Amino acid sequence: MSFEWPWQYNFPPFFTLQPNVNTRQKQLTAWCSLALSYCRHQKLYTLDVMEAQESPVFNNKKIQRKLSTDTIQVIFEELRKKGNLEWIDKNKTRCLIMWRRPEEWGKIIYQWVSKNGMTNSVFTLYELSNGDDTENEEFHGLEDWMLLRSLQALQLERKAEIITLDDSKGVKFF
Amino acid sequence: MDRFVWSSGLLEINETLVIQQRGVRLYDGEEKGKMDVGILLLSTHRLLWRDHKNHDCCIAMPLSQIVLFEEQTGGIGKSAKIVVHLHPVPSNKEPGPYQTSKYSYIKLSFKEHGQIEFSRRLSEEMTQRRWEHMPVSQPINTSTTSQAGRTRAVGIVGIERKLEEKRKEMDKNISEAFEDLSKLMEKAKEMVELSRSIASKIKDKQGDITEDETIRFKSYLLSMGIANPVTRETHGSGTHYHMQLAKQLGEILLAPLEEQGGMMALTEVYCLVNRARGMELLSPEDLVNACKMFEALKLPLRLRIFDSGVMVIQLQSHSEEEMIASALDNVSEKGSLTSEEFAKLLGLSVLLSKERLLLAEKMGHLCRDDSVEGLRFYPNLF
Repeated sequence: MSFEWPWQYNFPPFFTLQPNVNTRQKQLTAWCSLALSYCRHQKLYTLDVMEAQESPVFNNKKIQRKLSTDTIQVIFEELRKKGNLEWIDKNKTRCLIMWRRPEEWGKIIYQWVSKNGMTNSVFTLYELSNGDDTENEEFHGLEDWMLLRSLQALQLERKAEIITLDDSKGVKFF
Repeated sequence: MDRFVWSSGLLEINETLVIQQRGVRLYDGEEKGKMDVGILLLSTHRLLWRDHKNHDCCIAMPLSQIVLFEEQTGGIGKSAKIVVHLHPVPSNKEPGPYQTSKYSYIKLSFKEHGQIEFSRRLSEEMTQRRWEHMPVSQPINTSTTSQAGRTRAVGIVGIERKLEEKRKEMDKNISEAFEDLSKLMEKAKEMVELSRSIASKIKDKQGDITEDETIRFKSYLLSMGIANPVTRETHGSGTHYHMQLAKQLGEILLAPLEEQGGMMALTEVYCLVNRARGMELLSPEDLVNACKMFEALKLPLRLRIFDSGVMVIQLQSHSEEEMIASALDNVSEKGSLTSEEFAKLLGLSVLLSKERLLLAEKMGHLCRDDSVEGLRFYPNLF
């Protein structure tokens, strides 16, 4: 399924950070949702800022407009404030993109667990993300770090507990 | 030493170099002289000496000037010397380092030795007298600037010297000219002080002056540029002069403003007004102060300052909302506009059209697209 670009994508001013405060707010909101939906579509979990500049999201070759690194940083900062982004390194060159926040993932996983009556059972992380049973689930193929955070979120809600098995991690659902 | 002339140091045609020796100082008779240590050159026609630090400083003397020479051996602390006795100065001699000399001999002091060989060669040349039967002509690539009637300037040193003289002359002229001006300034200060004191006396009405005289005096003050002291207020919110000026501006600016669509940049107004006046031009300061009084005087003009600092005069009837609405229409019609295109469309100056677009953007009607192609404005679809 090819990605559907929003109308703003082909509007040249979209690629210039607007000085007018109100306009800027609307612009940033649109950028945040575009970035997240693109990452979800491409199943991207990490982003490198340098690469991002060249990625079709921030660089529309058709209208020959692209975002400057400063503007990309502004957008990333917005995402971070919303909880959808986390910097991996101090220099802000790589980041984790969470187009679903850990809490949201946790909820989805728990729903699947309870729907199939599998509470009180133990799973390895691998089973959850790559098992045959979960093939049709949204969280199938979820990267380990993301999965772990989602389970940690559930743990806070006392709906799960992370346990350490021989050489990997597992989780028990309540 | 007065037999020497300034030289470019270039050998002339038919002249050949015989020997040269470094580290030679010239003595005018017994005196050391102002020349430093240099290189002594002997050619078939002349004796030349070049300063070892300043290569442009070069002097020469024809060998025909030499009567005889003798050697003087050196001792402890004294270098070997050659004493050269010379004929009297010829009347047509060109300028040299020394105008006169009381000695008719010079000494060549060889600080780095070499005088034995030099004196041998010199005696050879003096015997052969080659300069007598080998006429020389000026070398083709001469760098001297000799012209009849002018001081013969030789090489770069001469040019530099001439420039220096010219500069000193100019300097003197300027300081002379301004000498009067500085006296004038002093007097002016005194005059202003005097008029101020009289003005304050008028204010206090110390009864020495009659009514008519007061009025006359006030008009003198006014024409000198010192405002009427009785009605003077502080802070530029009113001097008579500015008020009159504002009224005058109110009249003359109406027509051009209408023509230009109700708004003109202050610089344009300045040019317009001064051109119309011809004499008695306005200073920018006076213009601004006068414009600031438009509102107070209830004139139909306003001075307006934009965020970017641009100042314009606009008609009071000129409505900004209308302008912005029409700007938005124009932009929407064309899809997008740069300030240059907008200016062309409306017949405005680029400066004013940009201000209008920026204002529309501030109001949220337009948004900008900043790229390598330039700054364009689009209707705000966000």
